[in-house]
Amino acid sequence: MNGFSNERKADGTLTPYGLYDPANEHDSCGVGFVAQLDGQPRHSVVQDALRVLINLEHRGAVGGDKSTGDGAGLLLQMPDLFFRQVCEDRRLTLPTPGDYAVAMVFLPTDSALAERATKTFEKAVQEEGCEVLGWRMVPTASAGLGEFSRSTQPEIRQLFVARAAVAPEHFERKLYVIRRVVEKEVAGWLDRDTSQFYVPSFSSRTVNYKGLLTGTQLASFYPDLGDARLACAFSVIHQRYSTNTFPSWSLAQPFRFLGHNGEINTLRGNINAMKAREAKIESDLLGPDLEKIKPVIVEGGSDSAILDNVLELLVAAGRSLPHAVMMMVPEAWGSKFHISEDKRAFYEYHAAIMEPWDGPAALIFTDGRYIGGTLDRNGLRPARYTVTRDGMVVMASETGVLDIAGDRILRCGRLQPGRMFLVDLAQNRIVPDNEVKAKISRQRPYRHWLKDHVIGLRGLFVPPQIPKEDPDVLRRKQHAFGYTDEELKMVLSPMASRGQEAVGSMGNDAAPAVLSNRPQLLFSYFKQLFAQVTNPPIDPLREELVMSLTSFVGREKNLLDETPEHCARLKLPHPILTPQDMMRLRQTTHPDIITAEIDTLFPADGNGDALSEALDTVFRRAERHIRGGATMLILTDRQSDGDHAPIPALLAVAGLHHYLIRKGLRTSASLIVETGEAREIMHFALLLGYGANAICPHVALSSIREMADLGLLEEEIKADQAVDAYITAIKKGLLKTFSRMGISTLRSYLGAQIFEAIGLNRSVVDRYFCGTASRIGGMGLNEIAMETRTRHRRGFPQRGKPTSLLDAGGDYHIRDGGEKHLMSPEVVYHLQYATRANCEKTYREFSRLVNEQSHAHATLRSLFCFKKTEPIPIEEVEPVEAIFPRFVSAAMSFGSISREAHETIAIAMNRLGANSNSGEGGEDPARYHPLPNGDSKRSNIKQVASARFGVTTDYIVQSKELQIKMAQGAKPGEGGQLPGHKVNKDIARVRHTTPGVTLISPPPHHDIYSIEDLSQLIFDLKAVNPSARISVKLVSEVGVGTVAAGVAKAKADMVLISGYDGGTGASPLTSIKHAGLPWELGLAETQQTLVNNHLRDRIRVQVDGQLRTGRDLAIAALMGAEEFGFGTVILVTLGCVMMRKCHMNTCPVGVATQDPELRRRFAGKPEYVERYFRFLAQELREYMAQLGFRTLDEMIGRVDLLEVAPAIDHWKAQGLDFSAILASPRNTNGGPLRCVRKQEHELDKSLDRELIRYCKPALENGEPVHLEMPIRNVHRTVCGMLSGEIARKYGAKGLPENTIQIHFKGSAGQSFGMALARGISARIEGDANDYLGKSMSGGRIVLVPLANATYLPHENVIGGNVFLYGATGGELYVYGTVGERFAIRNSGASAVVEGVGDHGCEYMTGGVVVILGPTGCNFAAGMSGGIAYVYDETELFDTRCNLDMVDLESVWTDEDKQQLRTMIERHVGYTGSIRGKMILENWESQLPLFVKVMPIEYRKVLERMRLQQHLDDETVSATEEVYRG
Amino acid sequence: MAKPTGFLEYTREEASKRPVEIRAKDFREIEELLPWDRLERQAARCMDCGIPFCHAYGCPVRNRVPDFNDLIYRKQWRRALDILHSTNNFPEITGRICPAPCEAACTLSINQPPVTIRLIELQIVERGWREGWIQPQPAEEKTGRKIAIIGSGPSGLAAAQQLARKGHEVVVFEKADRIGGILRYGIPDFKLEKWILDRRLNQMREEGVRFETGVDAGTDLSPRYLQRTFDAILITAGASKPRDLNIPGRNLNGIHFAMDFLVQQNKRNAGDHIPKEQEISAKGKKVVVIGGGDTGSDCVGTSRRQGAIDLCQIEILPKPADVRPADNPWPVWPKVLKTSTSHEEGCTRLWSILTKEFIGGGDNVKKLHCVELEWSDTDQSGKPKFREIPGSDFELDADLVLLSLGFLHIEHGPLVEGLKLGTDGAGNLVVHPGCQTSVPGIFAAGDCVMGASLVVRAILQGRESAIAVDRYLMGE
Repeated sequence: MNGFSNERKADGTLTPYGLYDPANEHDSCGVGFVAQLDGQPRHSVVQDALRVLINLEHRGAVGGDKSTGDGAGLLLQMPDLFFRQVCEDRRLTLPTPGDYAVAMVFLPTDSALAERATKTFEKAVQEEGCEVLGWRMVPTASAGLGEFSRSTQPEIRQLFVARAAVAPEHFERKLYVIRRVVEKEVAGWLDRDTSQFYVPSFSSRTVNYKGLLTGTQLASFYPDLGDARLACAFSVIHQRYSTNTFPSWSLAQPFRFLGHNGEINTLRGNINAMKAREAKIESDLLGPDLEKIKPVIVEGGSDSAILDNVLELLVAAGRSLPHAVMMMVPEAWGSKFHISEDKRAFYEYHAAIMEPWDGPAALIFTDGRYIGGTLDRNGLRPARYTVTRDGMVVMASETGVLDIAGDRILRCGRLQPGRMFLVDLAQNRIVPDNEVKAKISRQRPYRHWLKDHVIGLRGLFVPPQIPKEDPDVLRRKQHAFGYTDEELKMVLSPMASRGQEAVGSMGNDAAPAVLSNRPQLLFSYFKQLFAQVTNPPIDPLREELVMSLTSFVGREKNLLDETPEHCARLKLPHPILTPQDMMRLRQTTHPDIITAEIDTLFPADGNGDALSEALDTVFRRAERHIRGGATMLILTDRQSDGDHAPIPALLAVAGLHHYLIRKGLRTSASLIVETGEAREIMHFALLLGYGANAICPHVALSSIREMADLGLLEEEIKADQAVDAYITAIKKGLLKTFSRMGISTLRSYLGAQIFEAIGLNRSVVDRYFCGTASRIGGMGLNEIAMETRTRHRRGFPQRGKPTSLLDAGGDYHIRDGGEKHLMSPEVVYHLQYATRANCEKTYREFSRLVNEQSHAHATLRSLFCFKKTEPIPIEEVEPVEAIFPRFVSAAMSFGSISREAHETIAIAMNRLGANSNSGEGGEDPARYHPLPNGDSKRSNIKQVASARFGVTTDYIVQSKELQIKMAQGAKPGEGGQLPGHKVNKDIARVRHTTPGVTLISPPPHHDIYSIEDLSQLIFDLKAVNPSARISVKLVSEVGVGTVAAGVAKAKADMVLISGYDGGTGASPLTSIKHAGLPWELGLAETQQTLVNNHLRDRIRVQVDGQLRTGRDLAIAALMGAEEFGFGTVILVTLGCVMMRKCHMNTCPVGVATQDPELRRRFAGKPEYVERYFRFLAQELREYMAQLGFRTLDEMIGRVDLLEVAPAIDHWKAQGLDFSAILASPRNTNGGPLRCVRKQEHELDKSLDRELIRYCKPALENGEPVHLEMPIRNVHRTVCGMLSGEIARKYGAKGLPENTIQIHFKGSAGQSFGMALARGISARIEGDANDYLGKSMSGGRIVLVPLANATYLPHENVIGGNVFLYGATGGELYVYGTVGERFAIRNSGASAVVEGVGDHGCEYMTGGVVVILGPTGCNFAAGMSGGIAYVYDETELFDTRCNLDMVDLESVWTDEDKQQLRTMIERHVGYTGSIRGKMILENWESQLPLFVKVMPIEYRKVLERMRLQQHLDDETVSATEEVYRG
Repeated sequence: MAKPTGFLEYTREEASKRPVEIRAKDFREIEELLPWDRLERQAARCMDCGIPFCHAYGCPVRNRVPDFNDLIYRKQWRRALDILHSTNNFPEITGRICPAPCEAACTLSINQPPVTIRLIELQIVERGWREGWIQPQPAEEKTGRKIAIIGSGPSGLAAAQQLARKGHEVVVFEKADRIGGILRYGIPDFKLEKWILDRRLNQMREEGVRFETGVDAGTDLSPRYLQRTFDAILITAGASKPRDLNIPGRNLNGIHFAMDFLVQQNKRNAGDHIPKEQEISAKGKKVVVIGGGDTGSDCVGTSRRQGAIDLCQIEILPKPADVRPADNPWPVWPKVLKTSTSHEEGCTRLWSILTKEFIGGGDNVKKLHCVELEWSDTDQSGKPKFREIPGSDFELDADLVLLSLGFLHIEHGPLVEGLKLGTDGAGNLVVHPGCQTSVPGIFAAGDCVMGASLVVRAILQGRESAIAVDRYLMGE
């Protein structure tokens, strides 16, 4: 490819440019291993491993250049025999096994450079006391490799090194040191491009064959692997899927110790923490060599590579590999888990030493002796294993990757969340999780150490009552810290009254902080990042058991050592301290708690220099205190007065945090922040995320006390209670914030910096917020000082007293003198009048008000303008009708808005030839039929959201576009909840649930934990409805471009970049205000990344987020958007007046309410919407004419026509730099800037094509069809396309039961039975992978082990995770146990299974599930409907069940007994289950062991419905009554 | 916020008015107050809008309506009073006489009767007076700067209070014998009893404001003297020059400007003696009021109380609709028929009437010669056009004709001339942003700048000019 120039390094990685930054790339993958328990090397292990790799290929990806894979590799046990023989060929004699090592080396293709590197390597070997034996050129065959892969391929050699004089037990350690020395040396040749240099492995135990290859290419690329002499006892396998198209050779996995499928969400914090610790580490084993290793973390590595770096250090310093893994990726050890006290103590002890490396992860690790796997605490990646009778162990992301006959199988299982699976090749056996962990937990007396050393806050000292704050002093402080009346009322009062954050609605239309005219808190310049696609957010409510706010503060000890004193730290149950707590800390005499006070103040009239000076003083003082022995620094602004203004707390903390890291002192003391500034959850999150260990919000607490005393809170409660409630609210909010990013514990969040700055200049960020993205520059210390001063003056005015009233606010609801809002009263009025009166003149006025350049800069785009070009006559511009198809209405669910509003929008959009979006609440099938007047209420776009409400086969088929909602602007990374009282008859019907039952949307899609999962879901949907285009909705944040690239590679047809300011029916205020970024940034990054990576041509790009006028659209088009979405503005034309009351069901204009009385007040008409879009398209045409474009297509991506408006009249906006946003993608060579071709979905390879062919008689004539066929794990979404065909033809009814009967034999791939339609009965003999029965709408699946299998099915795992996700009907019978999250969000299917993993029946709203065996923990979390019967042999079920929403009952009514018995009988009938038979035969004695899991709300609703039915047969009024009552 | 479902549960309730037959016999206030608890319920109707149109669009002084509604619902009267006073110096006045554009813009009024915002405002401040919460707030430190405020209408008073509280020495010059301007003499007692004004003036005196009545600045005090003596001068002299109707017969006796008539009655109510020869009385007369505005309506009410035997009010514009026309939607000011308390008391109202001539009997006016008009759509300049309907001429009997055709501008007397202040085409004083006139140190606000307008706008201007004056004197 001719495109590679100096923008790429030799290894192909791009250098950062524009908004594209390779640091944002993510990867995810398939992993596994094959091992022989007897430890005897065999070539068959390699062959098997290669086969596994090929069978996992669909989990990897290929890039823009179609034959370049993202990476694949094998980490092999040292194949001694092979090396011995190939070396003998070269007259090189190897010492005995273990006494020599092999370095696998990637060398630069530049031969001089390669020479230099090899010399360096040899020198290092010799200097460290080993002996160079010789080099071997590794044979490679690059034929068949992709263009990109070949052009970046390094030269690959192996270096043989003898142990020489190094002690055997130190050999591996020495090799590690040598490698680091070489790596550092080569990386230091700054004048040369050494990017290709890399050492995949250097060990006497393992060797790594990997490359930028696909699984199939690996074997042919490395002829070694095909050599029959190459024999080993195990091999780790990895197949990579990177979001980027140009991954590199070195980032292919496995690494030296591990293969990782997943993502480390906490990476930034982990890296910072490691850097901080590095200064303090010591190791007897490594001795002075330790310095040679540092820095431990190699910059530029992927998260997996960095994890590998640290693991390597821990192991080198003497911890065993399993110990190190347990320490870095600990399982959840909260009180809800059944684990021993020793193990809990082990984890708690280590919690005081290191924070978890948190994230969805399946890790396969090996050090040559042990080979094992472990899962993160949430179990978000799959790992299945099979053990054969002849001692082979296969573990992989999927089952069925090797053909193993049924009678050969000894056991099949899966890795459970937080559990470890270990093969010990020295002992030739599998060591169970319990054994390995028990052993490690008892190797030291951790429990005693904890008991004797951990310090508790309560135990310190009991302070006297703290006096109340003087009201006048408090008022001054409130003014000085910028408190507003609105904040007290809308933010603090709900928290202090109800113990949780207030909920709001609609989008944020206030100006970004940097464009605000009001003095903003520094906090406002940051936005939270969140998980989308590459890692899943967590549900902090329903899966609370994995979350933790516990942390340890005080001095940290040496990471590489273990002593009782390591846990001599203060244990805080949560990071919020009260003034009493502060007094405890200040007055204690405990020898390990030595506090030092540092005032964070600067002169009240000081400018940026004064502020900078004050910060330096703070830093120096801190350093002095630490060196003097302080273990806790209290940064306080309590002493601020007329002459001293507080330094913004965030600035002081972050700056000090980084200063101490640089000084190697960070781990010597904890930072406790006592500030008046912090009050909102976002503030606390920021302080913690930038290094604070604990926070005392003194003014917020005093304000709450005062409000409580004056009776100004929402509820009449006492001050102490109010403070408690407020702290509770902060705790909940923090957990929500962590979970948004997929982080479970405070310890990993501390210093994790999961934020993006917007509006801060480089020098501020580099100095105080190192490593934070801040892509448009902005203000500096001077402006920060000025804003602080302005606030401070209000509290300490130059003359007179401060006013007794606080500023009114206006951030949330408009107030005079408050924040400016895009939606002003005038804007609303003009828009409504224009569309009602069809008055173009008024529309112009509306548009002028929105675009108004001179005063109100409320958006980034308001600062752009168009370059002068040659205009054309408007007549030559394509007509409005050609533009309409690019317009879509934003996803607003029927449920969040009224039926009237929802249907009016659909009609209007359909009339225009534009598209409406169903939102996530399903759609009434009645709307699929056109109205007599030709109008249609059908939404062309159907949304597929995490809850899968109403996603049936019919729904999927009835769409032109299926939109996978990964995130929503107003609440990215969050779930939702529709309270039962809002779920009326219609909503329940459409969502396939019961009226009156609360509906919960989980934060993640439980079938998308990483990018390869997304590609699976796209495949699923495409299979069911091949004619629909598939779109993926993302929210703008840093890195969204690379996610979009991943989405493009996952073969989505369109990607939607949503601004953070999009609307919502209900969302916590923090989420509305502080998560995500304006679309301008996201769109620009997406466009640049897609174009740079040659992916733009195959995917369309849509944008939404407060789009209003033709100018907005013109800018969006120039920046790369082909389509445009509109939400709020449509609602306003229909009568919305921005009440922001959607969440309260009291919308007075009938738009966002389900109240029948209020719905009657809806006065919108489709014509209003139509008129708006006509005006808008017309306005856009004028811009097109002005810019000289005849069609929009020509205009897309022409960012070169945008520039920054000259003379921006805004004091804070001076430092803004939009050059990155407005950068044209480089190196496009005239390549397409927009979508010009279709994705290749490769549906033709689907097994369903065959099925459909065979099922023709059934499809066409309804004749019965019987089939038998083999199935493999590579066959994905089987029966999906067939079901789609049925639904297209027969609608939701499907075919009569059993019309199509198919018997599959083998391992079913992912998503078997996707959207299964009625009429299909599928039987799988063998096992099945994840997502079986996803969105099942009817039909039946029977899953049984292979007929000749001899293992006991109910003790073995034959099914994967997340079965029956979002199923609305049908039956499933599983003869065996299955993985996590069985029947999650089931709303209608019935199922019988013999055992399930954790989180069974989560979020279930309907259907019946029978479990004839054990369940994991957290069963029935968020289960609001449906019934589960659990056979509870151990009688411990109640401890595993989440009882928040359900009751446990015995099965005693005849009705229940009958239902249960019938289901078991059917199960036995279909599967022949031994266990089922046993139960039926001993019915009376076994029945008491059954527990009925009954959702509380559901029971009430059923009772009421039953009662109503007796009273009155009119079901309509019954359900009305139910939901209203 | 107040009660989320309040607007669904409660209907609008207005304060009662004294019965016509009783109130028309005196000049005391007509409107009564609601019991506190019922008012609190009215406040519960407030929906705490995301965009509070009442506050951000309707109310000129930007009263924080949702905030005080919420507080009233929660019985936090005192805090509500503070919030109310933070935007408005004289809520007891606007609470009585403001036409309440806030209510017209109330979101609830899209499809329901609006929240009774004006009444809530009134009752908050009245409760404040009753409870003794309203106390003088003298400045703690004096600045030593002297400011002359010329004219004691709502603008001047608002500015005076604001500036005095900033520690400035404020002298208000009023040419009449009492302080209050239009508030004192323009508004009849049955709408605003004057003790209400005195109550507030007492507070202002205690805050340090000096009032000088009977001083015609520019005449009694030379412009040079003013400029020499004061650090800043604020002119809030109103727009008292009335619009005249120069048609045949204008010079007949019995034709008066409305304001002359109203002022006299207010003075009479205040106990002043009006010399017989100056007396303008409707007693026993047939009265025709020309002009359909609020002043006209006040003339109707005053005439009724003086004992007019027949009352007719005529207006040149057509009769407004009963409900909002399509081109006059919420939240803009509704052009609908308004019936004042004076109209309730009885009066013939005619619209689309042009007066062609006053016809006298002797020196006195006896009849009006009128013609009916037909209005058509706007012409090119955007103004509606009318034509006389041929043959529609008629005559109206009248012993007393009151001209309430609006006001033109400030009197262009010695003050304006002496200070060399610039005026615009409409005769208003020209001010730059920041309320400063063409002469540095001389500021102007209120009707003399914007032409005759609402009292609440005058208060707003007074407050804004006070900020400008303070900034001029003290720097940022």
